[in-house]
Amino acid sequence: MAVDNSIVVEGLVREFRKGPRAVDGIDLRVEPGEIYGFLGPNGAGKSTTVLMLTTLLPPTAGTARVAGFDVVKEGPKVRGSIGAALQEAALDQLLTGRDHLRLQTMLQGLPREERRSRTVELLERVGLTEAADRKVGGYSGGMKRRLDLALALVHRPRVLFLDEPTTGLDPQSRTALWEEVARLAREDGVTVFLTTQYLEEADVLADRVGIIDHGRIVAEGTPTDLKAEIGRPSVHAIAARSQDEGRIVELLRRYGEPLGNGELAVRLETGVGLADVVRGLDQEGIALDDVELRAPTLDDVFLAKTGRTLEGAEESEEA
Amino acid sequence: MSVAAVQVGAVAGRSIKRTLRQPAMSVPPLVFPVALMLVNSAGLEPSTLLPGFPTTSFLAFALAVPFIQGALFATMNAGTELARDIQTGFLNRLSLTSLRGSALLAGHLAGVVVLGIAQAVFYIAVGLILGVNFASGPAGIVVLLIFSALVALGFGALGAFLALRTGTGEAVQSMFPLLFVFLFISSMNTPRDLIAVDWFRFLASINPVSYLIECVRSLIITGWDARALALGFGIAMIIAVVSLVLSAWALTRRMTRT
Repeated sequence: MAVDNSIVVEGLVREFRKGPRAVDGIDLRVEPGEIYGFLGPNGAGKSTTVLMLTTLLPPTAGTARVAGFDVVKEGPKVRGSIGAALQEAALDQLLTGRDHLRLQTMLQGLPREERRSRTVELLERVGLTEAADRKVGGYSGGMKRRLDLALALVHRPRVLFLDEPTTGLDPQSRTALWEEVARLAREDGVTVFLTTQYLEEADVLADRVGIIDHGRIVAEGTPTDLKAEIGRPSVHAIAARSQDEGRIVELLRRYGEPLGNGELAVRLETGVGLADVVRGLDQEGIALDDVELRAPTLDDVFLAKTGRTLEGAEESEEA
Repeated sequence: MSVAAVQVGAVAGRSIKRTLRQPAMSVPPLVFPVALMLVNSAGLEPSTLLPGFPTTSFLAFALAVPFIQGALFATMNAGTELARDIQTGFLNRLSLTSLRGSALLAGHLAGVVVLGIAQAVFYIAVGLILGVNFASGPAGIVVLLIFSALVALGFGALGAFLALRTGTGEAVQSMFPLLFVFLFISSMNTPRDLIAVDWFRFLASINPVSYLIECVRSLIITGWDARALALGFGIAMIIAVVSLVLSAWALTRRMTRT
């Protein structure tokens, strides 16, 4: 029988008592060996989706198959096929990195003779060999995340769920984790379902991206396709004198559609370039501190689909 | 060794390791009961002059108390530890493995029982060093260790139930004073038949903790008292069975994995 590393979700819903629908009927398909970025602000439904796909939370409605198994009817088989590093790196502060891996190899049922070698191999792989015998309480955030990843890989899962794996990490640790995740998909054929609130992470790492907002997927595709959908670049200006801002807004309207995000910015019409805008501003005698041409980003996609920027969505969720 | 046995051992090993790495958890259950016993023995020694007092050594009489008091300490610590696993998401990590709920509970309780036995060995050693003569002899000490394991199992399961139901260490710890009330309204300081105040004697007589203490006490100062042993083991067994059923039920509610 062919090994199925895919994730297939149809009409998945999760309602909490006295709460809104955290996940409101999502459909998605992740192909074997693909890295799927699930992008959205806090409270959008990303982690709830992960909990359902990893069998830790029963769905209210809909179906999901992970690695060929139904998450409701075949929970143990799903768990045997997946690895997961959930939002908080749930590590025991009093145990060492090696203790954690030893515990995990035993709980995952690895044969006795394999436990030690697998522990050594994974410590090496995530760069924690030297810190292996130190208590996790003394680890940095990046080290904890790397250990979390190693623990998720102990039983060689075919599908890997990473729930905001780089939140709070410094750029260096983030890049190291991205490289490891990319290597897992590329060399080991592991299917990766990655939730993130970082646009750059989804852009750099994911083969395809699903954008979720208020429990619904509002856009899906490769980062390139999604950005191409938005198509046109935008021009962002910073006025040298604040009293010119009104004139700049009026002038920018001649060249495209204002972004409406509080910036002096406009999505350029087809055929219009930065030079046209600069020339127009110059003719009006308006001085600028800065002007910048930006290619479309996933944040632009989010803005186009939801009417908010991802950052703005974070703030409104927190408020 | 079966996978389930390996898993139980792994969870128990972690439980023991955590306790040993936290002196604040491992030392008080040893030191405080012994300190209280020594203070009580020094202050209440004249009680042995009461007619009908079962021994001439109050220390021998009081040595039974640390076994139960220590079990209460260990129970609360174990419950708090499990609650912490729930709060930190470590239980979710365990839930994502092939670990069965029963193995998780068994492993957790195995750790509590091992520590309970270690505590009992310490109390016995303290008693022997202080000159207490165990009336039931070496075989009685073995029975005492078995009884300590049973009490640790029962109270440990009770702590697990509280942790699994409430999910917070604070809630588990808030039960500690209540359990201590049971200890103090018992025959810990005076034989029940010598308690002069009627209502106190009544409460001590309906308090199951009295019979747990008297079971231990009988092995130390009386020898082989079938009634005390039957009552002690019977009540410890009932506490263990009820607590295990409750904690197993609470675990199924807490581990909602499909």
